[in-house]
Amino acid sequence: MKEMSKIVRTVTNIIYSFIILFGFYIIIHGHLTPGGGFQGGAVVASAFALLAVSYGALKIKDMLKKENFSVSECSALFVFIGLAFLGISTVFFYNFLTGGVIFGNIPSGINPGDLNTGGVIPLMNVAVGVEVLSGIGLIILYMFTGSKEVKE
Amino acid sequence: MNKKIAVLALGVVFVFLFVGAVSLHPFGEPDEKGMDDYFIENAQNETGANNVVTSVVFDYRGYDTLGEATVLFTAVTGVGLALRRMKK
Repeated sequence: MKEMSKIVRTVTNIIYSFIILFGFYIIIHGHLTPGGGFQGGAVVASAFALLAVSYGALKIKDMLKKENFSVSECSALFVFIGLAFLGISTVFFYNFLTGGVIFGNIPSGINPGDLNTGGVIPLMNVAVGVEVLSGIGLIILYMFTGSKEVKE
Repeated sequence: MNKKIAVLALGVVFVFLFVGAVSLHPFGEPDEKGMDDYFIENAQNETGANNVVTSVVFDYRGYDTLGEATVLFTAVTGVGLALRRMKK
């Protein structure tokens, strides 16, 4: 696929950083508002898809590297499993941070945006979000760089 | 002959669908609601998260999320395997 017109590329340059920012907002506020790691990761990956569509397969190959995505995906999965193992003194997936200093506040009733709550849930949200965004980004990159132009 | 069989099968399927749709349980009134009430009552105090769905997905049923993450990892591995570049 060739790169699209200058209008599309300019709009992409303006808008893709905001899409990535919105995706990370959804990931980080996963324990307060609707959404979470999976949804926010998919939003961030849609920004990569926008970049790939508007700039074409040849340029996206230099912009985003597959190796970085594989490393971040595997390490995020390891962080997720490691967080689950850290609570194994009680039970696998035990929420050991609730009531502590880090992310330990327990709100009563409506929470007007206190992010310091939820125990290990925000950390797990971030881990799953990074895993999903790099996984879907990797699928997009594989599909784009398999095209005919890259081969020639 | 084939057409008659097809119409008959369609009728049977339609009757089953109709019976199933009519005898659906009323929305919002489950038979067993002990677990739902437990989550709604205690999720905020036990996990500290305001979003009950997130506290179920990441805390009470963490195994489920682990499986989902593994499924995504396997899907990415499969795509990479199918679309890899062979060295000449």
